[in-house]
Amino acid sequence: MRLTADPGLCQGHQECLAEAPDLFDFDADGDHVVVRVPEPSQEQLPSARAAVKYCPAFALSLED
Amino acid sequence: MTIPTVSTVLDDQDPNVPEIIRGTGHLPEMRVDPISLFTRVREECGDLGRFRLADKDVVMVTGAEANEAFFRAPDDVLDQAAAYPFMTPIFGKGVVFDASPEERQQMLKNQALRGDMMRGHAQTIEAEIRRMIAGWGEEGEIDLLDFFAELTIYTTSACLVGKPFREELDSSFAQYYHELEHGTDAIAYVDPYADIESFRMRDAARERLVALVQAIVDKRVARAKANGGSVPREERDLLDVLISIDMDTDTITGVFISMMFAGHHTSSGTASWAMIELLRHPEVMDDVVTELDELYADGSEVSFQALRSIPVLEATLKETLRLHPPLIILMRLVREDFELLGETIPAGTLLAASPRVSNRIEADFPKAESFDPSRYIDPRQEDMQNRWTWIPFGAGKHRCVGNAFAMMQMKAIFSVILRDYTFEAAQPLESYADDFTKMVIQLEQPCKVRYRRRSR
Repeated sequence: MRLTADPGLCQGHQECLAEAPDLFDFDADGDHVVVRVPEPSQEQLPSARAAVKYCPAFALSLED
Repeated sequence: MTIPTVSTVLDDQDPNVPEIIRGTGHLPEMRVDPISLFTRVREECGDLGRFRLADKDVVMVTGAEANEAFFRAPDDVLDQAAAYPFMTPIFGKGVVFDASPEERQQMLKNQALRGDMMRGHAQTIEAEIRRMIAGWGEEGEIDLLDFFAELTIYTTSACLVGKPFREELDSSFAQYYHELEHGTDAIAYVDPYADIESFRMRDAARERLVALVQAIVDKRVARAKANGGSVPREERDLLDVLISIDMDTDTITGVFISMMFAGHHTSSGTASWAMIELLRHPEVMDDVVTELDELYADGSEVSFQALRSIPVLEATLKETLRLHPPLIILMRLVREDFELLGETIPAGTLLAASPRVSNRIEADFPKAESFDPSRYIDPRQEDMQNRWTWIPFGAGKHRCVGNAFAMMQMKAIFSVILRDYTFEAAQPLESYADDFTKMVIQLEQPCKVRYRRRSR
């Protein structure tokens, strides 16, 4: 599964950093999320899914 | 190619149409039955359809592709602030309708809606709900609009302005605020200051709100004076800050009105409709109550759980939002010619997207008219799958920044009231309806439900 972020949609809520701190970084200058782990491991998938689901800007995707 | 124009069902010269909006195209219809108008645009014209509001040409877009282009366009191409003439007299001159995406992002970083502020807000909201129901007793009746409109005045003022300010408010503030919202008559597309009943009510309500805020300001100033010129740091809220920069009360009131506006009628309406849908679907009500009972069986705090996953309740709220989006139309003024699905939309056009119509596109939401919370359970996830047509919060950079706050608030409200009380309709289930005659949609009264304390 591939984890992606759309910086054009990110509003900087940083909820993903709370849901999955090991998968994301925040670009403070650009004010948007950065995906640190584009291919999460099996163990990381549940937190990746939670981050995608609770992103208030719908800026994250997890696809095959 | 040209963009087709929707049919006319209400003659704009009809003698029943108020004189001031005769000859304004589809404005008379939008003012009495906007849902029918917006639905017909898609049915007759497809993804791009045209109607007319006085001297403005409106192009309404639906469907994922057109919606995405609409929501992704930068502000200098599609301008949001200029598209809502009915808001200016409500906020007052000199108070901006909406911040730019950059300013919004800055607000998020520094202010009340930041993720790490949510824990405190959850505690505040839980306390406000408990205060509202403290006098309920064993059983009784409430009007959904009165109840939730008052509750959300307290929660939005406490969380966004500050607790000291909220403590100065009572139901009269909620009443005037409601009258202000009721002043969003679409006649504003012709003249937002026209001499008509709903605008007179609006302006009177705003004056009363300014008077209430003035009384609070006077108290603050007196207290500061008694205190040697300043308010103790721990007792300060946004009001003290605005007083300290010498902002006049009219502008302060406008700032508060605008801060609370996006979170008030929207949350109030959503809570009401969630309750109505739960009463219409007892099997969903059972599932939600069972979920909450299990979740709180260990004595955990509402303010803790409301920030976490409550899947059945969340799905119920999402489905409520899909069918009853608080805003049925989102507008932008086209500033530069705009290419859309092979058409050029000229500058000066109003471009619109409709959450109400998009949220019910049958191809994206099978059996779109039916209330079905299982749409949001894996693997369907019809909200994530249709991120450009599931748009109760809008989409893109202007997507409602308060949506996480709103969901948390809804989860807190239902966690508290469904654990202590059972509810039943106090009128026929099909009689609950929205009043669409103003741009701010509110429940039509009466909208009463009965409650009874649960025996546990």
